[in-house]
Amino acid sequence: MNVIEVSHLHKRYGNKVAVADISFAVADGEIFGMVGPNGAGKTTTIECVEGLRPPDKGQIRVLGLDPQKDGYALREQIGVQLQESALPERLKVGEAMELFAAFYKQKADWRALLERLGLTEKVNTPFAKLSGGQKQRLFIALALINMPKLVFLDELTTGLDPQSRRNTWDLVREIREQGRTVFLTTHYMEEAEQLCDRVAIVDQGRIVALDAPENLVRSLGVEQRVVFRVNGRFDPTPFYNIPGVTRVEATNGDGKVVVYGRDNEFLTHLLQAMISQGIQYQELHTEKPSLEDVFLNLTGRQIRN
Amino acid sequence: MRGLWKLSQTEFKLFLREPAAAFFILAFPVLILLLFGSIYGNDPSDLFNGYGSVDISVPSYTAMIIATSGLLSLPIMLTTYREQGVLRRLRATPIRPQLILTAQVGVIFLMTLIGMILMVIVGKLVYDLRFSGSLLNVLVIFILGSFSFFTLGFVLAGIVTTARMAQIVAMVLFYPMIFLSGAAIPREILPENILNISKILPLTYLVTALRGVWFGADLNEYLTEIGIMLAMLIVGLVVSVYTFRWE
Ligand SMILES: Nc1ncnc2c1ncn2[C@@H]1O[C@H](COP(=O)(O)OP(=O)(O)OP(=O)(O)O)[C@@H](O)[C@H]1O
Ligand SMILES: [Mg+2]
Repeated sequence: MNVIEVSHLHKRYGNKVAVADISFAVADGEIFGMVGPNGAGKTTTIECVEGLRPPDKGQIRVLGLDPQKDGYALREQIGVQLQESALPERLKVGEAMELFAAFYKQKADWRALLERLGLTEKVNTPFAKLSGGQKQRLFIALALINMPKLVFLDELTTGLDPQSRRNTWDLVREIREQGRTVFLTTHYMEEAEQLCDRVAIVDQGRIVALDAPENLVRSLGVEQRVVFRVNGRFDPTPFYNIPGVTRVEATNGDGKVVVYGRDNEFLTHLLQAMISQGIQYQELHTEKPSLEDVFLNLTGRQIRN
Repeated sequence: MRGLWKLSQTEFKLFLREPAAAFFILAFPVLILLLFGSIYGNDPSDLFNGYGSVDISVPSYTAMIIATSGLLSLPIMLTTYREQGVLRRLRATPIRPQLILTAQVGVIFLMTLIGMILMVIVGKLVYDLRFSGSLLNVLVIFILGSFSFFTLGFVLAGIVTTARMAQIVAMVLFYPMIFLSGAAIPREILPENILNISKILPLTYLVTALRGVWFGADLNEYLTEIGIMLAMLIVGLVVSVYTFRWE
């Protein structure tokens, strides 16, 4: 079952086209992500789906509702974290939670939410005195206050330190484990890869690819790489007999070896072969193609430049 | 209606935490009443038809409080919320926009009323303030005046693009208006040509009607003033519906 269905969404501002013909569906219980560079149209899309911006063309259904016509009924059931918003400067964290709880029929225990987001000590801190990351976490807490079936998180980890980012990823996975659906946007490819069940890659107002991250990466047809160093002479010949290996590159000067392979079992076979042949190696690591490579391949550009 | 009560309570607390707005609406009128009272006293004077200077000042300062609320506080608060993205965030919840505005207007109206009551209490205690009107008539003019100035504030917030601009425009309208309309200084000491200018200022009509009913006049003696304020209210409402923006 789909909780979101978008078909042929168009949106422009003046003569600037922000979204040009976007269609996708989000299934119940998945973490769906949109990734793309700045100005790709992610916020415009997510806010049209939330009912906060009117689309110029196209159909949108969210939880069976039309976000423009049934906006209030829809907002009762969804949780929203906006990319850009604020609270009154002098409003305290606890007051903000109480206030927002009062807007909904169904409400979660706001103290438990603050606890989960590590904001318990900030309960009496005014909004203006919070750090960027704390504000971000407060907005995530506010997005969960009505126990929504569907949560929208626009740039959820922008401005968070690596630790808070991982913490937030865990939280998003928890939300999904409770049977809820998450629609998020990010411009961190790594985040999309780690977190999302399916990812839409957006560029210049269009979806250029949409699939599970591993499928997107696999569809590139790029091999995995195993990189290590050896001392002394290196003979690549026996490596070609290992199942899955496609290519071996050895630079004899510094002893660096790169083995390319395709199969899932390839790494296991390679390591077994190296041990049985008694090859001494150092600094072994693997390099996998990532969504960055997918984006580069599809658009000919780096995601950030 | 869910959320309205909590939102109003919250806005009330936030208002009191905003030192400038709270000062100018709640404390400043009392302070200048005490200041001028200590200079001029409240003895009956021929200039003021047998009333004292404090007696005359209380309804006039009440008009000034209304102008402060409507022209300064309300548009600055609204445009700041809009600029910072507070309104955007509220709009992502199921609360109806009318309720957000109702809470804002309700709180600012309550503060205006408290501002007037504080002044009356201090005037009564310190200067034995005289009041010879009907409380009901005063309330009618007070409410009509307040709401017509609040819609003016909404129009202002709708027209300007930034909070900074709202502040500047509000000041430019506010200061000449309170001095020329007789709200801040008694009209009796203003020269004739200034009084002519003051006829184009909406606050003048509020001061006139409020002073009139304060000292016992009937509402139907001020139909012109009431008509002008009603017109302001209606035109203001229509314009603000069209110019209101969330972001
Ligand atoms: N309110 C607006 N008025 C005018 N143009 C806008 C508005 N909002 C967005 N745009 C333009 O539309 C395009 C898409 O913007 P959008 O915010 O949807 O991108 P995004 O993918 O969310 O980018 P980012 O990663 O920077 O958040 C951009 O070119 C932007 O300049
Ligand atoms: Mg965005």
